[in-house]
Amino acid sequence: MRDDIFTKRRNDNLRFFLVLIILTVGSIIITNYDVIKGFSSIAKALIWGGSNFYPDVKSLRILPEILPKLQETILMSIAATTVASVFALFLSLAGSKTTRLNRIFSIISRGIASLFRNIPLVAWAMVLMLAFSQSPLTGYLALFFASLGFLTRAFMETIDEVGNNSIEALQATGANYFHIIFQAVLPASMPQMISWLLFMIETNIRDATLVGVLTGTGIGFSFDLYYKRFDYHAASLVVVFIVITVIFIEFVSNNIRRVIL
Amino acid sequence: MQFEESIKGWAQLADTTKDKKIMSIIAPPLNKASIAMRAILLILLALTIYFFASIDYQGVNVLKGLADTFNNFMTIFLHPYAHRFTLGEAFVNVMITLGLAFLSTLIGGVIALFLGLLAAQNLAPKQVTNLIKGFVAFIRAVPTILWVLIFAVAAGLGSAAAIIGLSFHSISYLTKAFSESFEDLDRSVIEALMASGANWWQIVFQAVIPSSLTYLLSWTFLRFEINFANAVAMGAAAGAGGIGFDLFMAGNFYFDLREVGVITYLIIGIAIVLEVVSTNIKGRLQKST
Repeated sequence: MRDDIFTKRRNDNLRFFLVLIILTVGSIIITNYDVIKGFSSIAKALIWGGSNFYPDVKSLRILPEILPKLQETILMSIAATTVASVFALFLSLAGSKTTRLNRIFSIISRGIASLFRNIPLVAWAMVLMLAFSQSPLTGYLALFFASLGFLTRAFMETIDEVGNNSIEALQATGANYFHIIFQAVLPASMPQMISWLLFMIETNIRDATLVGVLTGTGIGFSFDLYYKRFDYHAASLVVVFIVITVIFIEFVSNNIRRVIL
Repeated sequence: MQFEESIKGWAQLADTTKDKKIMSIIAPPLNKASIAMRAILLILLALTIYFFASIDYQGVNVLKGLADTFNNFMTIFLHPYAHRFTLGEAFVNVMITLGLAFLSTLIGGVIALFLGLLAAQNLAPKQVTNLIKGFVAFIRAVPTILWVLIFAVAAGLGSAAAIIGLSFHSISYLTKAFSESFEDLDRSVIEALMASGANWWQIVFQAVIPSSLTYLLSWTFLRFEINFANAVAMGAAAGAGGIGFDLFMAGNFYFDLREVGVITYLIIGIAIVLEVVSTNIKGRLQKST
């Protein structure tokens, strides 16, 4: 009996690693990935980065150019998240199993959330660029739609977690739908929802860089511009500012979470 | 005011029912947490209003733009048609993107396993965990696209730069997730093994990894989902090939919305399949433990 368990476990492990190896080899072949070149490029990139990719005194001249862009990108991420969370709140109330009005609305809002979440950010950015060209609105709307999908799902799960107990108790006292929402569901799920909101702002600042590279807006565009001009000192200064921003926002939101959760 | 009083009544109700979860969730009105929450929401609202007041609209008509975008999406979803590539070629490109995501998840997962062990507070000295946590926080702060572009200078544009760049973020994300699952392990298990004379490697392979395997696998698969989306983006923004590059060409060079439609459908299809698989894996793993 003991032997059986050990052989079974060994066979399971063998099978798992065999599948893993087949998938790895398949992926290496289909992506044309040069394994040796890939790993040696890490060392090469580090050496190159150490000798070229650092901000120098001369690159400080771009400060007046990039600081407004950085501010715009941060504000854009915050605005996209805030507005998306308002819409996501309604969608998630309509979609959650505990607070939905009826099945059809629930299916529709879940469908919208799933669709918006799975349309790639790249597609949003490019389609929006056709209508809004290179204005900040392109980036804003791309982030808005992607956040809307993600936040609706996160909010829905939060509301489901709050559970039926409180809702049933209020129903028993004869409270109507709006009483239940405003007195039980929202107060109970608010801390978790704000935590998701803060997480989304962090994610959006990083994604704003990608959207910026694609659509030519914000701080992503500044990086792309200096990068393509081979002005690596200036490009690295942009990276330094992005890193400082993201770490600062992570620090602030971790502290906020400690207070509210 | 009425609103707050009723919460207070509610908290008392929770008190009498002795429901611990509800008690911890429903705080009395206007304590530190609820003031903080109101302040945060007000600040975010103010910043949002400031954003809309301060941006340069560049003469864009917002309503017309939204209507145009809606029409464009109608074209994308109702009339998908591709003539620059066959469905077979598109499928191969989807496989390339999946391959990029798989390799970067694998490299990221293996390295994160070791870094996660060193970053777990119950398995490594405090200085080491702080060092590694700081290191991965820095990696995470640089957006993926910038890692890929930085590696592209050394390795050239292509799959090598994309895979290494995507792996960097996966390492950082998975190290954090893994070390947190390791830290959940009961201290007494490790102490029991240490008392029986097991060395560090034996503790890791006999107790730590087997007991947290469920979490490790579901985090890794979740990262695979994220990496697929990232691989699409890297194909578009950093020339890494795959379906993302097709999307970029169709949208930015040919302005062919119907082709964008075909590609978007393919990507959404794969993303939904991955989501279903990941939910299934999670369900089965939870059942087996």
